[in-house]
Amino acid sequence: MSSAKLPAKYMTLGEGGTALALAALAFLSLIVAARAYTPEYAFHAYLFAAGSAAAVILIVNHYFERPATPTPLMIDGKPNYNMAPVKFATIASVVWGIAGFTIGLIIALQLAFPAFNFDLPWISFGRLRPLHTSAVIFAFGGNVLIATSMYVVQRTSRARLAGEIAPWFVVLGYNFFIVIAGTGYLLGITQSKEYAEPEWYADLWLTVVWVVYLLVYLGTLMRRTEPHIYVANWFYLAFILTIAVLHLGNNAAVPVSLFSPKSYILWSGVQDAMVQWWYGHNAVGFFLTAGFLGIMYYFIPKRAERPVYSYRLSIIHFWALIFLYIWAGPHHLHYTALPDWAQTLGMTFSIMLWMPSWGGMINGVMTLSGAWDKLRTDPVLRMMVVSVAFYGMSTFEGPLMSIKAVNSLSHYTDWTIGHVHSGALGWVAYISFGAIYSLVPWLWNRQLYSLKLVNWHFWVSTIGIVLYISAMWVSGILQGLMWRAYTSLGFLEYSFVETVEAMHPFYVIRAMGGALFVAGALLMAWNIWKTIGTAEEAQPAVGRPAGAVATAA
Amino acid sequence: MSLWSKHAILERNSIILVIGVLIVIAIGGLVEIVPLFYLKNTIEAVSGVRPYTPLELAGRNIYVREGCYNCHSQMIRALRDEVERYGHYSLAAESMYDRPFQWGSKRTGPDLARVGGKYSDDWHRDHLRRPSSVVPSTVMPAYPWLEKTELDFANIGRDLKTQATLGVPYTSEMIEHAAADIAVQATPDHPDADALAKRYPKAQARDFDGNPSRITEADALIAYLQMLGTQVDFKLYDDKANIR
Repeated sequence: MSSAKLPAKYMTLGEGGTALALAALAFLSLIVAARAYTPEYAFHAYLFAAGSAAAVILIVNHYFERPATPTPLMIDGKPNYNMAPVKFATIASVVWGIAGFTIGLIIALQLAFPAFNFDLPWISFGRLRPLHTSAVIFAFGGNVLIATSMYVVQRTSRARLAGEIAPWFVVLGYNFFIVIAGTGYLLGITQSKEYAEPEWYADLWLTVVWVVYLLVYLGTLMRRTEPHIYVANWFYLAFILTIAVLHLGNNAAVPVSLFSPKSYILWSGVQDAMVQWWYGHNAVGFFLTAGFLGIMYYFIPKRAERPVYSYRLSIIHFWALIFLYIWAGPHHLHYTALPDWAQTLGMTFSIMLWMPSWGGMINGVMTLSGAWDKLRTDPVLRMMVVSVAFYGMSTFEGPLMSIKAVNSLSHYTDWTIGHVHSGALGWVAYISFGAIYSLVPWLWNRQLYSLKLVNWHFWVSTIGIVLYISAMWVSGILQGLMWRAYTSLGFLEYSFVETVEAMHPFYVIRAMGGALFVAGALLMAWNIWKTIGTAEEAQPAVGRPAGAVATAA
Repeated sequence: MSLWSKHAILERNSIILVIGVLIVIAIGGLVEIVPLFYLKNTIEAVSGVRPYTPLELAGRNIYVREGCYNCHSQMIRALRDEVERYGHYSLAAESMYDRPFQWGSKRTGPDLARVGGKYSDDWHRDHLRRPSSVVPSTVMPAYPWLEKTELDFANIGRDLKTQATLGVPYTSEMIEHAAADIAVQATPDHPDADALAKRYPKAQARDFDGNPSRITEADALIAYLQMLGTQVDFKLYDDKANIR
């Protein structure tokens, strides 16, 4: 600022271009807000205007405050890592995680006790359920993936994150998408495609953010000073690429007007169903599996201080997994109006998928060879290893449920919900917790506040998971059997509402399990808070020169 | 041995890795999705299926908005107990104008693919207002705001027009009369009822929510629910006709 003698300072193309584009977006949003068909859409347009304007101010402010020379990529021969966006996404994941788990608990209570709907549109089950799924998958899981991928790609490439504005655009832009999506559900803005509920304008925004994410990721890989791209990065890259393809295919919709939040999808009926579950199952396969396998391949070896068990197994694991997963979608549509040949293909590939899934599990667990004793002393590592065990369990259960004969019973019941949660709580959340507990001390140069609290978190939430999934197994199989039960005279034995009544005790048990899981997450938040806030600084981590932590923007 | 070392090419070139991933993930989706658009037996021809009336479409959009699909499927599988509980298994043609599809994935409540005509309008109104008043042990939320909220259909013509550009056979006449047709269908014995029935065969026109003075969201939603699964006449439907 008092830079009279410094070289002339110019705005970079990234700064100027982004600021201009966002200023134009703010202007367009104001026009849309003024002419919007519905007040809900006008509210979103104002949010877009405010968000873009704030971003322009941040960019200009950053320009005035930064030195005239570009940020060095290396300092003293060591990479000048850019960890500030990683820190933001890590904190965001903890906050969104608690929000998402809590909403899950609320909708579990609504199913057990419908009075919890309070007769209010904004918080009735039909609007809160997508809020829960999006909050846990995209807000919690997405921020974990963005944080860990941006951390891992820098460390394993030994290179600074590509771009200065771009990483922040990805992190803040993604979280802005979450806000638009979430408030939209509460206000009744949804296109009703499961796990792809946001309407066209939110989808367009996410597309831009995601392309920049891919460019930042690839740009960092291209800067790498290591000859090989580490295996975790293959999985992250497959996750980013495939989610882009799926997002575009499943959200190909034409808006009714620029001034309307409503759009209609290009595909209809049976084709739309196929496209939706091609998307839906690969949101599981690439968002919730490939991305988190990236975490497994970096954080477990790092934490156990052992190399990955088998390099060749990881090659087979990677290619077999991404090839087979894409086929699995039709197992969501068994015995429906989808043609039989597609159902059979879906079932066949789902069963084959068991093999690479377990190959990956073996590769993760066996990485502990020679370090098994750490399971006793390091609850963070234990959490991650248990997550891989849950991964193995739910990737066995999934192929089982994709068999048409099994699916005829399990489909439409809580068994599916139980299966999803053994994967989501056991695998995705646990590997995320493990990564967060590892990442926060590394990022902030602190010792973790309390390993004992991690241990408590582990046991409280494990009991919660067991309650949750066993309740859903019993209720799902019970309801499936009741629906198809016949009396000796050949009549259906139960009316539908009798099967609903039978679910009640299991819904109560499920809510208790959910409450324990929320309690565990609160313990984690407290632990993270204390770690960042009060603990002493540890020795600087290897490979990271003190004071070189960039805090751009 | 040598093949393993070839993998290093992918590990050393990020762009080749990107291309490799894109090829590998494209195959399954292409094989499963593309044929559905040109194999004729994907959607067999069935008489009776027509696009939604503007009122039904408005009701469908409320169904979507409230997230009904989270608990109700609209897809009766070809299984004995489902056919006996809900009616004839669902045909692909019956959802050919559904954008997006509403097959659902969970039955916290019963399937609704053929709920049309099963219950009276009054039952639906009471059920939406307070579900436990007609089904005491239900876990369904109440939707009391639907019958209190005027239906906003000023722009419904644009909805039809958008769908027409996507291939739904809405004629320019239907688009032109869209908003007027909503009033016609929600009013008992409206003078233009014949024109509506001509545009949309078997469209049911009456006051659906028990309050003839207003056209509410409950009118639209009940009109939609009452037509679900009623388009195909299964007394005339020949399930062998399409076997080849």
